[in-house]
Amino acid sequence: MNIHEYQAKQVLAQYGVAVPKGKVAFTVDEAVAIAKELGGQAVVKAQIHAGGRGKAGGVKLARSLDEVAQHARDLLGKTLVTHQTGPQGRVVRRLLIEQLTDIDKEYYIGLVIDRNAGRVVMMASAEGGMEIEEVAARHPEKIFRETVDPAVGLLPFQARNLAFSIGIPGPLVNKAVKFMLGLYQCFVDKDCSVAEINPLVVTRDGDVMALDAKINFDDNALFRHPELAELRDLDEEDPKEVEASKYGLSYIALDGNIGCMVNGAGLAMATMDTIKHYGGQPANFLDVGGGASEEKVTQAFRIILSDPNVQGILVNIFGGIMKCDVIANGVVAAARQVGLDKPLVVRLEGTNVALGKQILNESGLNIVAADSLAEAAQRIVALVGGNKGEVR
Amino acid sequence: MSILVNKETRVITQGITGSQGLFHTKQAIEYGTKVVGGVTPGKGGTTVEGVPVFDTVEQAVRATGANASVIYVPAPFAADAIMEAVDAGLDLVICITEGIPVLDMVKVKRFMEGKHTRLIGPNCPGVITPGECKIGIMPGYIHKPGRVGVVSRSGTLTYEAVYQLTVRGIGQSTAVGIGGDPVKGTEFIDVLKMFNDDPDTEAVIMIGEIGGTAEEQAAEWIRDHMTKPVVGFIAGATAPPGRRMGHAGAIVSGGSGTAASKIQKMQECGIRVAPTPSEMGSTLYEVLQERGLLSRCLSE
Repeated sequence: MNIHEYQAKQVLAQYGVAVPKGKVAFTVDEAVAIAKELGGQAVVKAQIHAGGRGKAGGVKLARSLDEVAQHARDLLGKTLVTHQTGPQGRVVRRLLIEQLTDIDKEYYIGLVIDRNAGRVVMMASAEGGMEIEEVAARHPEKIFRETVDPAVGLLPFQARNLAFSIGIPGPLVNKAVKFMLGLYQCFVDKDCSVAEINPLVVTRDGDVMALDAKINFDDNALFRHPELAELRDLDEEDPKEVEASKYGLSYIALDGNIGCMVNGAGLAMATMDTIKHYGGQPANFLDVGGGASEEKVTQAFRIILSDPNVQGILVNIFGGIMKCDVIANGVVAAARQVGLDKPLVVRLEGTNVALGKQILNESGLNIVAADSLAEAAQRIVALVGGNKGEVR
Repeated sequence: MSILVNKETRVITQGITGSQGLFHTKQAIEYGTKVVGGVTPGKGGTTVEGVPVFDTVEQAVRATGANASVIYVPAPFAADAIMEAVDAGLDLVICITEGIPVLDMVKVKRFMEGKHTRLIGPNCPGVITPGECKIGIMPGYIHKPGRVGVVSRSGTLTYEAVYQLTVRGIGQSTAVGIGGDPVKGTEFIDVLKMFNDDPDTEAVIMIGEIGGTAEEQAAEWIRDHMTKPVVGFIAGATAPPGRRMGHAGAIVSGGSGTAASKIQKMQECGIRVAPTPSEMGSTLYEVLQERGLLSRCLSE
């Protein structure tokens, strides 16, 4: 789960991580009121779940309350296109109004899970403001790492190693260490999957603070963090994905025109790949999971068809424990219930496959049965006219 | 022969009285797996599917001589269940549970350091040695005893590969689902080593997906050490970057972990990569033919 920058800063502040003073504004009036509290000058920062906001014109400096009002008017409701939003961009609905920071130098601090080590790693670099991937590609020697033993957590000496390595001024090292230890504590307490401070800044009056902050939480751990639920911003998510999550379906919207319904994440990805291989474009990723009940299949159909770009559907189910006749009944019932009027190709394999195919054939519905994934993909691509799909 | 499990493996089910545990224990017993007991705290002394239930793993191991366990415990309690099994000294622990917080797995891996237990999973279909022992949620009947090893990060895609082999008359020595999570007990290389050392495995299918660099590392290991042919497939060529594709570990981040980079690395290391998932079986068939291994791999 992603959250906004202002929310990340609120969470970090609870752990003693220094952040600039600021508040969220939903309207121009709120923005001006907050700026007044901050002394009249402020940075106006668009809040969307994507990086690259500065370059896209989403961060503005205001020297007066009039300028704050002007920037807030410009940004609220504006669609911001950054390299992370895709061409459709994101609508700005919230602004962070923050005190001006007198920056002396910028750094990078990030925490991630290292898959190879199976541990949390803190990364630091003196190349603040640059994307860490870019630094990693061009100057890997400029990234310093400390792997954390979960039994003892991030140790002060490890934080000192990083602070000295990236050249934090000597008198400020202790502040940087406190910052890093707080960041790590937040990471483990809140079950983060990524926590990135880019840039971390040293100010001219000798503070060490997070000028920007990005936090992602581990979806698998949200059950033990009810306090994080209120930080979710549904405006930032695709409504179809939100709807799918209510039914335990894993759905991701894509740009193509062939809707997919598959059991298992790997097979779902492989199905999308096969559609593309034969010249089509998948409209979505959708994993109905192992126990695909009739209810789930119906909801999955409804969600796939709520995408106006969908011109045909491919169902690919490897019925292992789930029997094919049960799935076929679910597909038929769902197709009837939603009044399916688009081509539907179904590939069933596994237990009771003959019975499953019979149910599809005898349904009276216009369902094309296929024997293999390759055949199914070719059929649906042909049925939607080999249209490459439109990019939204 | 085979790897990891065989007809001598004595299994207990952790979470045996839950709906998943109960259902799959029954399926395993029907398949012929030696299920010797189960564990559900508070249900000790009862019997389920003809096997005794214990309150703790330690009691179960002491009473039954089990050497393996399979875990169907819900995600919030699964890490604890794994560590209980490790502490009881089991040789093999297979965790089917999906949705375990990744920081729980970080703790589990730390706990397991210096202990001899091998963990498979979590978030995996399990392990099967066809005709001998099925531990997990895979449909038993699609498998056929034989001489090709299968190792995969995905569940249903493993079934797809196994099925494609079976319909061509190619049986499997063992099929191992290592799971779709970013932090897990066993990686590709661990399983490849076992297949390489197994005299009854002639070739291997390795099924990867986007995210991480385990496939690239495995490809290098194969190039340097593997004496048997390996055929690969990578799912997720069409996955958009930055999105988690169902599995917690299936995410392209910061330009790394793409299908294209994995496929390229595998090909550079001499691994034949199937162009589509429908061609995993036929690609292996071709390779077996070219290497003169086909007749040995065709099962009755």
